[in-house]
Amino acid sequence: MLAFALRRGLTLALTAWLASVVVFAALELIPGDPALMMLGVNAQPDTLAALRAQMGLDVPPLERYLRWAGGLLRGDLGTSLTYARPVADLVAERLVVTLPLALLSLVMSTAAAIPLGLLAAARRGRGGDWAVLGFAQIGVALPSFWIAILLILVFSVGLGWFPAGGFPGWEAGVWPALRALILPALALAIPEAAILARVTRTALLDTLGEDHIRTARAKGVGRAAVLLGHALPNALLPVATVLGLQLSFLVAGAVVVENVFTLPGLGRLLYQAIGQRDVIVVQGVVLLLAVVVVLVNALVDIACAAADPRPRALS
Amino acid sequence: MMQTRARRWAVAAGMALMAVPVMAVPLMVATGPTAAWGQGRSDLVIGMPLEPPHLDPTAGAAAAIKEVTYANLFETLVRIDATGAMVPGLAQSWTVSADGLSYRFALRPGARFHDGTPCDSAAVKFALDRARGAESVNAQKGYFAAIAAVDTPDPHSVVVTLSRPDGLFLFHLGAGDAAIVSPASAAGNKQKPVGTGPFKFDRWVAGDRVVLTRNPDYDGAKPALERVSFRFISDAAAQIAALKAGDVDAFLQFNAFEALPEFRNDPKFTVSVGTTEGETLLSINNARKPFDDVRVRRALAHAIDRKTLIDGVLYGNGVAIGSHFPPHRDGYVDLTGLYPYDPAKAKALLAEAGYPNGFDTTLRLPPPPYARRSGELIAAMLAEVGVRAAIEPVEWAAWLEKTFKGKDYDLTVIAHTEPLDIDVYARDSYYFNYRNPAFVRLEEELNRTQDAGRRKALYGQQQRMLAEDAVNGFLFMLPSVTVQNAKLSGLWVNRPVQANDLTGVAWK
Repeated sequence: MLAFALRRGLTLALTAWLASVVVFAALELIPGDPALMMLGVNAQPDTLAALRAQMGLDVPPLERYLRWAGGLLRGDLGTSLTYARPVADLVAERLVVTLPLALLSLVMSTAAAIPLGLLAAARRGRGGDWAVLGFAQIGVALPSFWIAILLILVFSVGLGWFPAGGFPGWEAGVWPALRALILPALALAIPEAAILARVTRTALLDTLGEDHIRTARAKGVGRAAVLLGHALPNALLPVATVLGLQLSFLVAGAVVVENVFTLPGLGRLLYQAIGQRDVIVVQGVVLLLAVVVVLVNALVDIACAAADPRPRALS
Repeated sequence: MMQTRARRWAVAAGMALMAVPVMAVPLMVATGPTAAWGQGRSDLVIGMPLEPPHLDPTAGAAAAIKEVTYANLFETLVRIDATGAMVPGLAQSWTVSADGLSYRFALRPGARFHDGTPCDSAAVKFALDRARGAESVNAQKGYFAAIAAVDTPDPHSVVVTLSRPDGLFLFHLGAGDAAIVSPASAAGNKQKPVGTGPFKFDRWVAGDRVVLTRNPDYDGAKPALERVSFRFISDAAAQIAALKAGDVDAFLQFNAFEALPEFRNDPKFTVSVGTTEGETLLSINNARKPFDDVRVRRALAHAIDRKTLIDGVLYGNGVAIGSHFPPHRDGYVDLTGLYPYDPAKAKALLAEAGYPNGFDTTLRLPPPPYARRSGELIAAMLAEVGVRAAIEPVEWAAWLEKTFKGKDYDLTVIAHTEPLDIDVYARDSYYFNYRNPAFVRLEEELNRTQDAGRRKALYGQQQRMLAEDAVNGFLFMLPSVTVQNAKLSGLWVNRPVQANDLTGVAWK
């Protein structure tokens, strides 16, 4: 267990370091100057120099990177070049949107995918199965931003049930805030659910073919009981693994969906910061995302290991 | 086989479509419309495409900063009104000496910052010295370059002495960049702006909205609105949806032109198309071959059909220009007839310049929709006369760095939105790479001239010179399109400065 934790800790540190180097180098190499972005087309050389000094851009890149990394080790994510505010504050403000959004879409997609997968496996080769597979095919093929626009047209413009975008803030109350998150979460959940439903179906069918299921059936256990009591618990392992992998897609999808719904989340912050060449914010957000993805994958591994004793026995 | 597959797909598609509402149903609770439609309201939600990076108009070029703060939150000595006229702002009156070197301003005696500190001559001196000082990060520092000294003979009088005459000095004092800020709060204005205006800062939900509330202690006429929210929605489809859903009461700088007929036909909405100061150009690198030859530049001018361009890009909601000057301003000369659309003439000019078979070039396009759409049409028009322009789409940061600062480009499309900015052609370091001593002499004379008639004549000569040299492809004026709730009155139709003055807005 300790070796596992150490290995994971090392992976985490390495991933975070690599991500920060790549982000820093990329933003350094592509054209663009945050000071020029701020001051625009009438900027004079002296004002640009004054602003660059104010932003701390008047030192060589390596020194700037080390300065940032040094701050990070002390727990300081730095100050945004554009917004002139601590990155930690900006991230915290945005997390209260993105985290509930991600959780909500995870809950929605799992809640839809597992019953759909069960239905498909139970009705293999029949109408229900084809319907689920069809939904999965379409759900995977449709980009979430397109689904997002469709949802806005139907539920905001047409029916007026949900706002077309924006976020009132949690201080406006739980329901108004939640209401603003439902359509975006749904837009993210549909492609997610499509993939998960497929994986659940396949995993269930694989399990249903195994010896212990046949034994259970032979002993007279009912179809439904076998499916729910014997096959599903075993099939959940691959589902959980895919769910963990899906998280990075969820993050990428959130950038797009947050832009369509103008949600002030982490994805939108990242998108705007790249446009503004706000390297400090971009580094902070990417670092956070890298850490989250590594941690979630570690969690999935632990969960799988706990549920399935075989890898432990082998090692 | 085919039949089975077709049926399989039909079933699949049907189920997939059903799955959407199935997943959503348990989560839906029907509620009433999000905003009451007009009548008796004193709050307003304004939509804008871009969020300001911060809220200090004296430290950034983003128009969105001024569109939130100008005249609402911050005030200037001279104020530009909806018609573009200079009217009293924080200065209730002013006098200019005969030589144009000394300006005396009488301040509004009751003006106070939102934190309660008086806005006296010391604050004005602080603000102007800050804008022109060594540490200044003012995006328009050049506006203050002529100032030699700012004196404060008494708490309500400010005397500004210039080192040279500057014909646009008063006009520039009316820009948001010249907002008067307090020494006590200037450092924090980016996040918590403290001004003297009739609205004060309430909160900023980053990424979503800025909220202002009425300032009960304002010393002038109080606005009708109690609360104003600016919401930032960049996606065109989301803008349309927000208007239709009633999430926003008005949308400024609306650029989904294709949706305008729909809003025009809906009695709930009013659509206004006004003027901006944005001359949209096909900017040409005058120093780079083959564009250093005036015949080539004139050929480009003849190759562009502005009518088609305005119809295609703005759905007809724009005015053609023939030089770098807005038709609605005093001194405008109509030069749109100088290079009529004539592909044959363009080809002849190219052949005369040594390019009978045309040439290859690149056309770099920044992100705004007007630029991308214009670029595609222009590339097609140029292809007809043999100029093969490869389109290169770039983002803002890259455009500024490579095209504007680096001057490394052939052609680009961009709107120049600063008011009365024909003087940029007199700067030898500007990205057009246009150098004409005769033009610089006209600019120098213009700066010395106070007489309105003479100024008009000089502006006319400048416009003609630029058009004859075909410095750039002069395309059209960017319109200011506002879609608003029909029950709302007092929003600016035209945009003579970067502003969105809400002091006169009310519900009918």
